[in-house]
Amino acid sequence: MDYTIKIGGEAGQGILTIGDTLARFFARSGYHVFTHQDYESRIRGGHNIYQVRVSDRPVMSSRTGIDILVVLDAATIPMHEEELSPDGLALYDAASLKQKHDKPNFLDVPFMQLAMEQTSNRIMANTVATGAVLGMLGVPTDALEGIIRDLFKKDDLIAANLKAAAAGYGYAKEHCIRCAFLAADAARPKMLIQGNDAIGLGALASGLQFYSAYPMTPSTSIMLSVAARAKEYGVIVEQAEDEIAAINMALGASYAGVRAMTGSSGGGFALMVEGLSLAAITETPIVIGLVQRPGPATGLPTKTEQADLNFALYSAHGEFPRVLLAPGTPEQAFFLTNKAFDLAEKYQIPVLILSDQYLADTQWTFDGFDASRLISNDYRLRGEAFAAIPSYQRHVYTKTGVSPMATPGDGPHVVITDSDEHNETGNLIEDAGTRKRMMEKRLFRKLPLIQAEIAPPALYGHHTPDVVLVGWGSTFGLLKEAVDALNVSCLAAMLHFSEVYPLPLLARLDYLALLRSAKQTICIENNATNQFARLLKTETGYAFNHLITKYDGRPFLLEELIGEINAKLG
Amino acid sequence: MPSLDDYKGIMPAWCPGCGNFMILKTFRETMAELGLAPHQFTIVSGIGQAAKFPHYIKCNTFNGLHGRSLPVATGVKLANHEMLVMAVAGDGDCYGEGGNHLMHTMRRNVGVKLFVHDNQVYGLTKGQASPTTAEGTMTKNQPFGVLSEQLNPMAMAVALDCSFVARTFAGDAEHLKSMVKASIAHKGFSLVDILQPCVSFNPVNTHDWYRQRVYHIEPDYNPEDRVAAFAKALEWGDRIPIGIIYRNNRPTMEERIPVIESTPLIRQRPDPARIQASLKKLF
Repeated sequence: MDYTIKIGGEAGQGILTIGDTLARFFARSGYHVFTHQDYESRIRGGHNIYQVRVSDRPVMSSRTGIDILVVLDAATIPMHEEELSPDGLALYDAASLKQKHDKPNFLDVPFMQLAMEQTSNRIMANTVATGAVLGMLGVPTDALEGIIRDLFKKDDLIAANLKAAAAGYGYAKEHCIRCAFLAADAARPKMLIQGNDAIGLGALASGLQFYSAYPMTPSTSIMLSVAARAKEYGVIVEQAEDEIAAINMALGASYAGVRAMTGSSGGGFALMVEGLSLAAITETPIVIGLVQRPGPATGLPTKTEQADLNFALYSAHGEFPRVLLAPGTPEQAFFLTNKAFDLAEKYQIPVLILSDQYLADTQWTFDGFDASRLISNDYRLRGEAFAAIPSYQRHVYTKTGVSPMATPGDGPHVVITDSDEHNETGNLIEDAGTRKRMMEKRLFRKLPLIQAEIAPPALYGHHTPDVVLVGWGSTFGLLKEAVDALNVSCLAAMLHFSEVYPLPLLARLDYLALLRSAKQTICIENNATNQFARLLKTETGYAFNHLITKYDGRPFLLEELIGEINAKLG
Repeated sequence: MPSLDDYKGIMPAWCPGCGNFMILKTFRETMAELGLAPHQFTIVSGIGQAAKFPHYIKCNTFNGLHGRSLPVATGVKLANHEMLVMAVAGDGDCYGEGGNHLMHTMRRNVGVKLFVHDNQVYGLTKGQASPTTAEGTMTKNQPFGVLSEQLNPMAMAVALDCSFVARTFAGDAEHLKSMVKASIAHKGFSLVDILQPCVSFNPVNTHDWYRQRVYHIEPDYNPEDRVAAFAKALEWGDRIPIGIIYRNNRPTMEERIPVIESTPLIRQRPDPARIQASLKKLF
């Protein structure tokens, strides 16, 4: 069982409600789910889609072929009819659209009429459609009532939605003669989670206490994820006047003694860049979520791209260590956010989490996250421990380059730091000797220790492969499924980098040897200039045989990617 | 009780005769009189001559970026609202580069005390016009004179309902001290604009120029009358009022955040185990 349901319509028509209900229903019923959305930068009108893939085995990408197309507006038909798979069906309401399609792969279900008959409420038409999809698939609906209760809260709304869903279900089941879907047996309920929510939860699981940011698509949902739980977790969430204030506030809170984070997309991060440099010289820990969208400038606000790798690597003036983490799944996003907080505080450096609109908005199912894997060390010098020491210098030279970071006010010593070059006390200086020693402390002493913390890329597939697909960040699921598909005809493997910079050492996995011994290697990136391939070449001299890029603002789809890979392999 | 010697930072790098020395001396005396030891307060600054201030008075210091002292100070105060958090800036730093932050910090009414060393000129970069330089002033960088209208920080603050708005003069130590103390005693955000002569780059607004013009606001003046405060704030030129121009008692930001109602953020240790319950809700 591996079906794709696409809901198409205008913004504000209820695409989200139908998509979310279906996704949550399938997850709770125990199926594996993957959803992605393609929406426009508008609140009403336009054309949006919500795609739900449901299967009885793990799925982690969107496919090209649609099995059920839920049509909410007339424009959806010419735009997506051709994407229907050979057994695929379009589900529509002829009366509402005022057009009849006498084709065998069109199923007319009177959403509106059924909604009015059953509930006298036009809005219930969407729930009729949801029910109709389930009826077409013929899945048992045991989990539906619980989902509807969770989503609609009020008793009268719950009752109306249940009636509407049942009407849609029954009508589709009775009238869909061509429906040949085979629903697999449901299993244990699964957790359904989206990329940005995973970052927010990862931050909360890491002791986040302060989040300041300025809203910017597609990063805003990290802030929303934290804000929704602010009271429960004791977090201050502040919407700053701009991204400059956002990062400076977070640095102030971090200096004062709490774990702090900010987040934005490329344009907002551009404004934060001076603050990134400030974090570096003051050695103030900070975690920055950078959720990419296509640029330059405003670019495509609601679309996806992996084009800010270079920017994240080289942004900010001066030379200092930084870590770039690029999760490929919500699970990685959760645990890498935890690692980001740990590394930021352990080494007193900025750590960036590089995500993108695709990962931010896609939903995945998991059996759960193993919270025992979370790291929770407090590296600060607090309370009595700080009070007990005879003297204190915030930037004292040490073997590791890491100076104890004290909480101001906790002890009788002052905590001084400066954006100017400074001495061990933290006071500004201009002499060459101190400058040189401070650079060595901040950069050269810390760097090898930081690099040793970076995990090797994930190797999936054959361990002595002929063909290696390489990627980073949000392409994880696509590459993994592509490897599965390729392994029918050749020995293929995936190398996926979720910890991008500093590049992992070769001690735990000699990925360069693996690449060099493969017959063909392809670097696949959602950008125009293969930024990761260039980084790898710059740092290691390794050059890939083939490069695949995509820069139309859309994510790769599985079959499309496999087609491109096969074309390269010849 | 701390003594004056406790507040000795590094040697100041200001020009001899700079108005900043008077502010520094008065500030140290005030802290000693209030019995606040160096580790009990934090000064955040940006960049400029004034921004070097915290290095010269030993205290918890975050000397950050030009224009950005207020967001950093906001972060410090929200993380630890039991700490006295002050920001020291110059007119270019705070009214120019950091203007947006000033506006929104007033709106937030976070309990940060801002002291602006207002010498009506850029000192660190050697004599360009600042937002408070008088219109028409000739500088090397403004060859046709300053074309923009002179900013009136007091009127702007009253217009934005800033919860404490005061002006003082570096050459009037007793008055300066009383304003620093009143600012610290006020719970909300406070702006104290300190008129300060720049001996190197401002030949117009000299010590004598200020001394001839400043006057203490009348004792019967009511700083809680916002309309009267606006009129008072507009006084400039031959007679310049110093004292508390406007004050209100609106709640501070830290008072309105339920999360820190009983305990400052830094005294709350997060409980990572809580995450299990949040994850469970996603099933």
